[in-house]
Amino acid sequence: MKVNIYLNKRVAVIGAGLTLFRRRLLETPQEIAWEAARKALDEAGLELRDIDCVVIGSAPDAFDGVHMKGEYLSHGSGGIRKPVSRVFVGGATGVMTAIAGWYHVASGLCQRVLAVAEEKMSPSRPHPQAIFKYIWDPILEKPLNPNLIWIFAMEMHRYMATYGIKKEDIALVSVKNKRNALNNPYAQLGANITVEDVLKSEVLVWPVQLLDVSPVSDGAAAIVLASEDVARRYTDTPVWVEGVGWTLDNTEWPARDLAYARYVEFAARMAYKMAGIERPNKEIDVVEPYDPFDYKELHHLEALQLAKRGEAPKLLKEGVFDIDGDIPSSPSGGLLGVGNPIAAAGLMKVVSIYWQLKGTAGKMQVKKPVHTGLAQAWGDLMQAGTVIVMRN
Amino acid sequence: MVTPLKEEELSKHIIISYKPNAKYAYTAGQAQSKYLLGLKEGKIYGRKCNNCGKVYVPPKMYCDECFRPTDEWVEVKDEGIVMTAVASFISWTRARLEEPEIVGVIRLLPSNDRDFVYPGIFHRICTSYEEVKNMSVIGKKVKAVWKPKEERKGSIEDIQCFKVI
Repeated sequence: MKVNIYLNKRVAVIGAGLTLFRRRLLETPQEIAWEAARKALDEAGLELRDIDCVVIGSAPDAFDGVHMKGEYLSHGSGGIRKPVSRVFVGGATGVMTAIAGWYHVASGLCQRVLAVAEEKMSPSRPHPQAIFKYIWDPILEKPLNPNLIWIFAMEMHRYMATYGIKKEDIALVSVKNKRNALNNPYAQLGANITVEDVLKSEVLVWPVQLLDVSPVSDGAAAIVLASEDVARRYTDTPVWVEGVGWTLDNTEWPARDLAYARYVEFAARMAYKMAGIERPNKEIDVVEPYDPFDYKELHHLEALQLAKRGEAPKLLKEGVFDIDGDIPSSPSGGLLGVGNPIAAAGLMKVVSIYWQLKGTAGKMQVKKPVHTGLAQAWGDLMQAGTVIVMRN
Repeated sequence: MVTPLKEEELSKHIIISYKPNAKYAYTAGQAQSKYLLGLKEGKIYGRKCNNCGKVYVPPKMYCDECFRPTDEWVEVKDEGIVMTAVASFISWTRARLEEPEIVGVIRLLPSNDRDFVYPGIFHRICTSYEEVKNMSVIGKKVKAVWKPKEERKGSIEDIQCFKVI
């Protein structure tokens, strides 16, 4: 794969902020965007006047019920009278927000960028699921009255059928992530559950059950990025963005094999090449793969080349991805444990890797020393993959 | 600090309900129009790119790999292999369903099981929840059950479902 990207500046993350992830927040989208942005500026030691450009990430507008959310959120995100851009690639938006912030700096266009991602999933009635109908093809798919969970259930079942994976092996992801979330002060759904609990929960779309899915949430996340020339003025512990990758696959998901996330592989290869990583499973110390569903974490660990195809469940069982394992995966608790305000959840993964590499993850901090971390998100109709690799 | 609300607190607040009155007239375009008219005749059409050999179902007028026009119409069989199947107990609004709806993806023939990209269709599968649950339906050969000719109107609904043969 050939990627023609030319870098001008090295980029560091120097501050991050999160709101609590909760169901039905009283605050408006702008207010929670402000809270995350303010915290990120505080951690970086910057004021808004120091920020050159603002990037806003929010998945499709319809969830909050507000159209043109980039403009709507720009107040709370500190974008007034500044160059503002908004990115949205469905579930992949959160990591794409960090990547867009990165390219603003890497290109030499801006020195200090504030990147904010926000989502409120809870306003839509009767349920945000009804909104997802509008992402399906209007002529060929919508007449069947699809629900978004259908597509993930189809992918999960294909993954299970191709590699002979059992539901109880997949349920371990939910058990691990909800347990990890108990250490995360921002998390909505930390819990000590068992594989039994997952297998006994309500069947939504077989093979997907209630505890296989991340909850509906509201929340916001923000980071501050700076170029190498200025980053050290603000912090002694910058975390460098060493590689980024993003790709889209075609929209014809019924016409390609769902057992393997090809789009994530391409994004990962781009990021690894940029970061000079040749053996990801030896070089990545901590990973935050996107896990809106439990099987999805395994699917993505394979596409990220951290496990061979079909072997992620085996490694999970052996404890490789536990918080004290060789490659701790979702030490934050992931979306299954922290919650899933779509764009904010993706940026939360970047924030959590940043805190791990800075050594300020508190109770979430993984046991072994970490130098290289990876965050990944994915979205649309199994279409968009985004990957970011960071080093301390 | 943010403030989460409980369900009962929500009823104490004024809720502004808004139902968008949005209606759309979609265009099917050149490729999908032929596809839909084909369904009316009981046929499944695809477009072939002679450069890379890929057959697009649903059809496309361009090859997205080669970025050139596709070359010819081909007819694929209304038979295929079940790649995946699921049983939905929730409706599109997340209301609970008594009887599950069974849908899946079918790799239409001719195609090869080693293909990553293949002519495919997303549709209902007429089978039991049991067969979805024990995964026996995955990998089975299925054939389209068409609506009676006079009821077809050039829609994906002209196929009722795919049935194991």
